[in-house]
Amino acid sequence: MSAETTPVNDAVSLYDVDHPAPVIEPPRKRTAKTPKATRTNFELYGWLFMRLSGIVLVVLVLGHLLIQLVLDGGVSKIGFAFVAGRWASPFWQAWDLVMLWLAMLHGANGLRTVINDYAQRDNTRFWLKMLLYTATVFTVLLGTLVIFTFDPNIR
Amino acid sequence: MATPTVDKAAEAGQPEPGFADSPYITVTFRIRRFNPEVSEDASWEDFQLEIDPKERVLDALHKIKWDQDGSLTFRRSCAHGICGSDAMRINGRNRLACKTLIKDINPEKPITVEAIKGLTVMKDLVVDMEPFFQAYRDVMPFLITTGNEPTRERRQSAEDRERFDDTTKCILCAACTSSCPVFWNDGQYFGPAAIVNAHRFIFDSRDEGGEQRLEILNDKDGVWRCRTTFNCTDACPRGIEVTKAIQEVKRALITRRF
Repeated sequence: MSAETTPVNDAVSLYDVDHPAPVIEPPRKRTAKTPKATRTNFELYGWLFMRLSGIVLVVLVLGHLLIQLVLDGGVSKIGFAFVAGRWASPFWQAWDLVMLWLAMLHGANGLRTVINDYAQRDNTRFWLKMLLYTATVFTVLLGTLVIFTFDPNIR
Repeated sequence: MATPTVDKAAEAGQPEPGFADSPYITVTFRIRRFNPEVSEDASWEDFQLEIDPKERVLDALHKIKWDQDGSLTFRRSCAHGICGSDAMRINGRNRLACKTLIKDINPEKPITVEAIKGLTVMKDLVVDMEPFFQAYRDVMPFLITTGNEPTRERRQSAEDRERFDDTTKCILCAACTSSCPVFWNDGQYFGPAAIVNAHRFIFDSRDEGGEQRLEILNDKDGVWRCRTTFNCTDACPRGIEVTKAIQEVKRALITRRF
């Protein structure tokens, strides 16, 4: 199309029957070539994981908030000694570990779907997800490391 | 008919009883126009017309096209809610123009009419339906069987027929798919209409291609992208419980796996 080279002296309109304006295509339109079947159950397991981890997290997170913020004088009691005392017990270590992993994976998968739904360009989509995965792996590993290597006698 | 009545009433100095009974009211239609041969921008244009509020939006569009502006472009075929050609966004909701009475959508305010969203607008209210039908074709919406053709019809019990009765009502108007926020932003998602039509065959006792269809919908752009916002169920002019059908496909996928 040589629409760009047309002189603009016909000030009425840039567009006519032979040079129609561009239409606005929807993002990531489906065409005959689109369906490339991956044949995995990843999305199925992801969907199921969200439901199951959600149920467990309700108990874990509400219990956590209750202990940390409400019982025994509320938030003012939290200090190094309080955390050290709790993590001396394998039960609270396991509680915090499960909560960390489930909450991080649940949140990361939720954000992944948000990015999939809202990112407009494939490039944006890719880099936002890379950022998300990096942050998730970092937080999960760091949290796990702290829970297992916590030293109450640190100076 | 209306004009002489008005004259008589003016002469008499008071409204004639017949005039007060006139069913006609003045309604403003605010239509989103787009003509690529004139401008690259879409714009809202107001049309005022006298119309019986018991008429449909499609009748109003006809009046505008026939009497006021012949360049107004929209699709319609049967005009009785079966062909699914005239789905459009009326007062911000996807409806069939031929099934929407003007009195039901508050004619005191301007009635906005625009093309359905998520598909390329070609002109005024006409969109490119090709991506929508591509998704429809991708779920293989036809009977798949093995073995020899029976010499008589394929028998089915009333209960088996009832299982997928709701999803047989689809007229492929795209009101559901073009109301889905996931589809708006990512046209790779199959969309509610394609899933509804897959559901129609997946749960048909005579069909043997259910596994293939489930496999197709198990993919990354399949049913798992549904966020259950219920926009599709609200939009369906046939009253199909679209979100429920999508959930039933999800359940079938999960029970198949476990």
